[in-house]
Amino acid sequence: MPSLDDLRKRITSVKSTQKITKAMKMVAAAKLRKAQENAEKGRPYSEKMNNVILNLSKSITDKENAPKLLVGTGEEKVHLCIVLTADRGLCGGFNTNIIKKAKNYFEKIISENKTLKIITVGSKGYDQLKRQYKSYIVENISFKESKNINYFDADKVGKIIIEKFEKNEFDVCAIFYNKFKNVITQIPQEQQIVPLNEDKDDKDVSGNDNDYEFEPDEDEILSNLLPKNISTQIFKAMLENSASEQGSRMTAMDNATRNAGELVDRLTIEYNRSRQAAITKELIEIISGAESL
Amino acid sequence: MSNLFNIDIVNPEQSFLSKDNVFEVVIPAVEGEIGILKDHIPIISFLKPGIIRVFSESEEQSFYVEDGIVEFKDNTLSVLTSSIFDLKDADKNFVSESISSAEAELSKDNIDDQKRFLLNHKVEVLKSISIN
Repeated sequence: MPSLDDLRKRITSVKSTQKITKAMKMVAAAKLRKAQENAEKGRPYSEKMNNVILNLSKSITDKENAPKLLVGTGEEKVHLCIVLTADRGLCGGFNTNIIKKAKNYFEKIISENKTLKIITVGSKGYDQLKRQYKSYIVENISFKESKNINYFDADKVGKIIIEKFEKNEFDVCAIFYNKFKNVITQIPQEQQIVPLNEDKDDKDVSGNDNDYEFEPDEDEILSNLLPKNISTQIFKAMLENSASEQGSRMTAMDNATRNAGELVDRLTIEYNRSRQAAITKELIEIISGAESL
Repeated sequence: MSNLFNIDIVNPEQSFLSKDNVFEVVIPAVEGEIGILKDHIPIISFLKPGIIRVFSESEEQSFYVEDGIVEFKDNTLSVLTSSIFDLKDADKNFVSESISSAEAELSKDNIDDQKRFLLNHKVEVLKSISIN
């Protein structure tokens, strides 16, 4: 049975924890709004980019000589996985969900006897993966210093991927991130970016077969465009990720605040009970002492 | 009949410019400048460093772009670019910095002709900006 003093100390400590989680929740809520706005603003670019590529790839007749970034190397032996996570913790299952999704994929690759290479973006992903997959991790990138997500950072990752592709270091490349659905739900995503998978949900575009004029020819435009598309996809993933991270943190901190409140209530009742018990005990002692006289 | 069409300039972070009352746009495409009027045939091309001029009924705007993709379809011109600024708010320091970094790049030996051409062109355009 904890003493009264112990209980009092615990109550104050839980209360101050609650204050912290409450503050974190409010900060996350403010950041979430901004991140969501950014994600929405960035959408037109990636959508238009997708449309252009779709139109281009449709008009390519000579599939054999098409750029390798689009059609692949013809093999799929070496898989490169880009795992995008947050740099900070305390955001519920956000990082763990991505890692879980990625691990499933890794196991599949390894069991098929293919080569696996991993690039982690964000320090939390590296921390969780280094124990089990240390030997597969080829690079670990973190953007802790940059305050906002910017295209420049995404471009850096994109360039690393292109460079590795040109050196024939991998055949297939997939990225893992959390897609922001709403504040409570974030869906871990696995998206293949090399070779480019034609999206199944973009059927509406195929309706209008415009005959484009290309200047210079399709191949040259495509080979100029595809590297940019990779950076764009990474950027999109980073934007989605940051919105998801804040949403996830907000929910987690909201839960923590509520749990702390419940704990305080319970501890207060226990405190009052033991205080009352002590008083009753004293009274009984006094009364029985008086009777014995 | 009106001879106006739409223009959307987007960069990865946001939509940069969106207008529906332009009658001519001149873009620095990689094989030479293209002037686009209403009912141009659908075209896809990419940009070299240069100036985009947008002529609308009320005003004329100029933007510096470094690279990007243009698509014209259904009387909508979409410009996708990662580096763009309005000539009016051109930052002198930034321009001169870009010039010197491009020149530094030029002085390296291991660049191919196409890249050299683009860089030379970039320096030229940037210098013309800093004079004005």
